[in-house]
Amino acid sequence: MNTVAILVSAFVLSFVALLAFIWSQRTGLFDRSSKGAEVIFASGEIGRIEEPAAAPAAHGSLQGAADTVGAGQATRANVEELAERARADASTAPLVFFMFCCAIAWLLVASAAGLTASIKLHEPDWLVQQAWLTFGRIRTIHLNAVAYGWAPMAGLGIAMFVIPRLLKTPLLGARFAFIGAVFWNAALIAGLGSIAAGINDGLEWLEIPWQIGILFAVGGALIGLPLVFTLVNRRVEHLYVSVWYMACALFWLPVLFVVAKMPGLHQGVQQAAMNWWFGHNVLGLFYTPLALASVYYFLPKVIGRPIQSYNLSLLGFWGLAFFYGQVGGHHLIGGPVPEWMVTLSIVQSMMMIIPVAAFTVNQYQTLQGRLSALRWSPTLRFIGVGGLMYTASSVQGSLEALRSMNAVTHFTHYTVAHAHLGLYGFVSFVFFGAMYFVMPRITVREWPYPWLITAHFWLVSGGFALYFVSLTTAGWLQGLAMLDAARPFMESVAVTLPYLKGRSVGGAFMVLGHVVFAVHFMAMALGFGPNRDQPALFRQLFRKEVAA
Amino acid sequence: MNNEIKLISGAMVMLALSTSALVVLPYLQVHDAPPLPGLKPYTSAELRGREVYIANGCVYCHSQQPRAKAFAPDFSRGWGRATVAGDYAYDQPHLLGTMRTGPDLMNIGVRQPSEQWHLGHLYQPRAYMPGSIMPSYPFLFEAKTKAANDDVVVNLPPGQAPAGLLIVAQPQAVDLVKYLLSLDRSYPAIDLHKAPR
Repeated sequence: MNTVAILVSAFVLSFVALLAFIWSQRTGLFDRSSKGAEVIFASGEIGRIEEPAAAPAAHGSLQGAADTVGAGQATRANVEELAERARADASTAPLVFFMFCCAIAWLLVASAAGLTASIKLHEPDWLVQQAWLTFGRIRTIHLNAVAYGWAPMAGLGIAMFVIPRLLKTPLLGARFAFIGAVFWNAALIAGLGSIAAGINDGLEWLEIPWQIGILFAVGGALIGLPLVFTLVNRRVEHLYVSVWYMACALFWLPVLFVVAKMPGLHQGVQQAAMNWWFGHNVLGLFYTPLALASVYYFLPKVIGRPIQSYNLSLLGFWGLAFFYGQVGGHHLIGGPVPEWMVTLSIVQSMMMIIPVAAFTVNQYQTLQGRLSALRWSPTLRFIGVGGLMYTASSVQGSLEALRSMNAVTHFTHYTVAHAHLGLYGFVSFVFFGAMYFVMPRITVREWPYPWLITAHFWLVSGGFALYFVSLTTAGWLQGLAMLDAARPFMESVAVTLPYLKGRSVGGAFMVLGHVVFAVHFMAMALGFGPNRDQPALFRQLFRKEVAA
Repeated sequence: MNNEIKLISGAMVMLALSTSALVVLPYLQVHDAPPLPGLKPYTSAELRGREVYIANGCVYCHSQQPRAKAFAPDFSRGWGRATVAGDYAYDQPHLLGTMRTGPDLMNIGVRQPSEQWHLGHLYQPRAYMPGSIMPSYPFLFEAKTKAANDDVVVNLPPGQAPAGLLIVAQPQAVDLVKYLLSLDRSYPAIDLHKAPR
């Protein structure tokens, strides 16, 4: 039997098994009002908006936008359940606040490093006297500060906040996560320091030396503990979609990291295959699920409508778990790796369209008719754009895996632009939105300057649009020039230059947006600004209820 | 879904499938791919140079994996034949790379065999390749008024060195160039051991 036959039959078998598995978990095939989707609301709360990031004046308009479809007026929510939720929020507050502070610090570090690297690509003689500032190192510092600093600190912080709410149980063992987060950040400081000093393991996404990796593993395990404790002590029957994504992300990451960092195990071409198994799975099985979980929670919560289809979420989740794990080989198309592996990855990349479509349709149906809510809710604005970018980057990624397109885009800036569409346009936007929601809940304060949220949104959106369009164009032109044997290699460099400059300008706007965000965050944390002390829609209510 | 055991075990099965496909099977198939007959192990100086290559992130702009003629004109650019697993038998970590902001380097030792060219090009790429956007690496060199006996002096094109000073390569730069010159996969890719592809 030849390889192709084995591969095809293995694919068909596993695909059928996957469908059977999803089928086994459905709740009534076309059931459109599943209980499973309603667990994020207190009884009687459906129809009522929750948007702590919006100014009080906007609450009425937002509620109006949510009501336009007339899908049931908000009744009075069960105060006992709301009080319980307030207690769940309070149990996570110090921990989530600490993780957000770290996330924002790393966001600023990563922004500065990224902008420096970007400028260096068109000003190659700028800042060349110090070794740590050379392109190869500062670029790597940028990647690692995002990959191990900003994204996990923000994403895990959000998970810490959301999971107790979803399980209707206060967070248990928060102090473990506190120690874990301290370890994690210490590891990252050591890791970035060693990259700057020129000590690294030499694998993309896995540069931080494995000795420091041990500290990451310990820190990560400690961060995961409270989530496990809370899960086993939960007071709800039903696990909401967001819990699936968050819990699985927490179980997937340690396996990925430990297998990838095992010293002496991997070598040569096999190591390259492993490298992209990790590189793509850390995106697909860690950041993506954390961000999707946030969309699945915050989007319906803000507008007060349960997610449209429970079965689509099942398909989206298990499809992602199955297909995404096997797409990494498309980073090595045309390379010296086994041909069957590349083919498998291309097929699974295309199959990713299934879970992406399931997610997109589900979110769109939930929002349908309530799009004007985007105007009034900062959370929704960031998360809505982020969700759209998930669809865009996933479809783009599937197409990039096709050999014909890959021949042009592989090895070019196009891939870098694509990576940013995923990790910035999608993941970071969703995290921004979620943080705008979470902060008022845990600090029990209002965002002091709503116009700064608007400024942040437009700076990063505009900046990123310029960034993405410039870099995508650069990459495409570069790829076409490289494919044409008649054009000298230097032409593939020259065509990118104006666009690389455009990327730096876009990047500068993004950095400015981050500075605005950080300043606003500090102002809120330190209590500066107009002291409107009515952050949360239900705060007065909570206070009375909790006191009583 | 309301069973966390089913959830987590399902999730771990999915990851196990992914790991088998992209880690375990390639491990069985190519981990022990024997070196091709023409491939020489790195010397210790070349290995030190390889560490300099890694430390400064050369891999983020230079790939080491020419593709087949049917796929891309890598061969006609002089980057060499498509590589096979046996070409990387001594590579740990692998440096296949994902970007070609600069050219592929799998055969740079064949294409550009001059030590002096490489040293000068590292000191100031634009002195040799107008329009290049490769960073210059002055921190790998020293400016001296007088060279000692064992110094490797870089013969730069006129006007590139600071007036009245000599540019001397530090050991790191010398090792790095030794590594670059060792990059040679011009021998045939006859796979005597039939390593599967």
